Amino acid sequence: MTSTVSTSEKVGESSGARGQDVDRTTPLLSVRDLQVHFPLKRGFIVQREVARVKAVDGVSFDIYPGETLGLVGESGSGKTTAAKAVVQLNKPGNGSVKFEGQELVGLSTSAMRPVRRKMGMVFQDPYGSLNPRMRAGDIVGEPLKVHGLADTKEAYREQVASLMTTVGLSPAMAERYPNEFSGGQRQRLGVARAIAARPSLLILDESVSALDVSIQAQILNLLQDLQEKYNLAYLFIAHDLSVVRHISHRVAVMYLGKIVETADAKDLYERPLHPYTQALLSAIPTPNPVHERSRERIILRGDLPSPLAPPPGCSFSTRCPIATDICSQTVPELKTLAPNQQAACHLATSV
Amino acid sequence: MTSDSPATSSPLLQVRDLRTSFNTPAGKIPAVSGVSFDVNHGETLGLVGESGCGKSVSALSIMRLVPNPPGVIESGEILFEGVDLLKISDKEMQSVRGAGIGMIFQEPMSSLNPVLTIGRQITEPLGVHLGLSGAAAENRAAELLEMVGIADSRRRLGDHPHQLSGGQRQRVMIAIALSCEPKLLIADEATTALDVTIQAQILELMKNLTTQLGTALMIITHNLGIIARYADRLNVMYAGKIRESGTAEQVYMQPSHPYTVGLLNSVPRLDRPASERLDPIEGEIPDPANLPAGCAFAPRCRWATSECERSEPALEQVGDRQLVACFESKTVSDSVEIAWK
Repeated sequence: MTSTVSTSEKVGESSGARGQDVDRTTPLLSVRDLQVHFPLKRGFIVQREVARVKAVDGVSFDIYPGETLGLVGESGSGKTTAAKAVVQLNKPGNGSVKFEGQELVGLSTSAMRPVRRKMGMVFQDPYGSLNPRMRAGDIVGEPLKVHGLADTKEAYREQVASLMTTVGLSPAMAERYPNEFSGGQRQRLGVARAIAARPSLLILDESVSALDVSIQAQILNLLQDLQEKYNLAYLFIAHDLSVVRHISHRVAVMYLGKIVETADAKDLYERPLHPYTQALLSAIPTPNPVHERSRERIILRGDLPSPLAPPPGCSFSTRCPIATDICSQTVPELKTLAPNQQAACHLATSV
Repeated sequence: MTSDSPATSSPLLQVRDLRTSFNTPAGKIPAVSGVSFDVNHGETLGLVGESGCGKSVSALSIMRLVPNPPGVIESGEILFEGVDLLKISDKEMQSVRGAGIGMIFQEPMSSLNPVLTIGRQITEPLGVHLGLSGAAAENRAAELLEMVGIADSRRRLGDHPHQLSGGQRQRVMIAIALSCEPKLLIADEATTALDVTIQAQILELMKNLTTQLGTALMIITHNLGIIARYADRLNVMYAGKIRESGTAEQVYMQPSHPYTVGLLNSVPRLDRPASERLDPIEGEIPDPANLPAGCAFAPRCRWATSECERSEPALEQVGDRQLVACFESKTVSDSVEIAWK
């Protein structure tokens, strides 16, 4: 399958700083102190709240038009919950989510609908997120119907065909059902559906994680092409840090519901300041035997603590190789330690 | 056991022209089509490839665990310490599994029995293979848990699998797999479902234990990085066949098969400056029921000639220990050398 979008030579430098070509004057999405807490209830007739899971606990970030923010973290770090709260699929308990200047927290479902048109989502599982009884064309075209974007049947068919072509599928495949597509093709369908209503922001939740590497690379290239063509902003959620470096302009690292470090992709990978980021980066094996065998790895002790009973002070202190007394007493704030780079660590020093 | 001794002794495991297929309503589908490789005593061998390439079916064939029906091991030899595993009885095979070859799977939750304590599950193979029972078995089980890094091991023997985290469950699986000190441990995507920091813990543990015990390790994964770090040698599989084989240095630094090159160019790499675009393999894996004539990779290959579409290249020696199944391997390795410089 060929990707139909023309390749452009202009972007960025080969240094991997995908940061330079983004205009950072007005953010498209501005999230401040976002909190999503899930109550844990016990009881037979009267349900009492016995504990609270702070799935997302005070997260702030901005995304600018045409920019990719990579959100990384291990399972249970709250990255998916945070993304769902942005689209108001999880009602945030506190905080502010401004999209194109409009406050979304507290909007009614009907008031959210026109906003949702501008936010597309692509999920991890291309098998589970496509209705098996709908034809591919109808899956891709559904947003057009919901938001009334195609006046005539003719216009609808044309738009569906053009969407299929854009993501590298033949328009003739519109008549097929999802089970007749391969995993990579299904994810292309998911992308086509997500961009159908011409959004300005795509939320990509582990969208390439389930794919084989050769197919994953095709989808990553497609996403980059679409970003250039439509000036799309991406909230790219993934646990694979090498993929995140490749696609992101900025990266935020989450641990137990909080952002522990955020920086331009280039800086974060060249000079991680938070010990968790350092451990994450060191844990990733690279396909280079010479490099791999000469390198010491930071192996973290233990597992992620239970989000029901996070440790006092810094939530990473129980696994941190350099933690001291202060770490188990006081919660570290995100501090600016270098231009455009913040880390929440008592012991990290500014550069 | 060190990795330089096996050159003289005969290999621990020799797989010869293994063919395994599945009978489906749509016809017979080959999963492994003529695979041959060796595993030497104490070495770590990687088996890498994308979904459907036959790497897991190869491992299941070695263990004679291919579900039958629909799976059938059609032909070949699997010589383990000189004995052909395809010729021995089911009962003899039972004693090879566990005592001779241990295996760890991807999903520890479904490999462990949810209603039995982990103590019970570790002592079971000790009873079957080593005849240990009662307090002796329990002591050994606690020792094994200690060995895989589970603290407070004696108390944890009474836990059920759901009381453990994903990483701990995989540690228990390693304890069970190594309990009877097998000569070979097969890890089939054993860390794929785990978070990266836990994955690193488990891989280091597996490598350290097998080195200590002199156990050979066969790592099956789609993750090229894991193989690069841990494997001495590797086989790259595509559409049921080994396409390239060699030491990790040879295959990663001088790949000679277009598929290996494509795989290495598809992954974003932290060991190199970030590139603006990836250079993926075009197209998708072929339908195994309907493989192209000639080389199965030819339809996706940028070096393919008309010869590739007609006849199938055999696995041939190109370097000291490197084997490649490609007519154009010289052109491929030369152009890679230029591109990567």
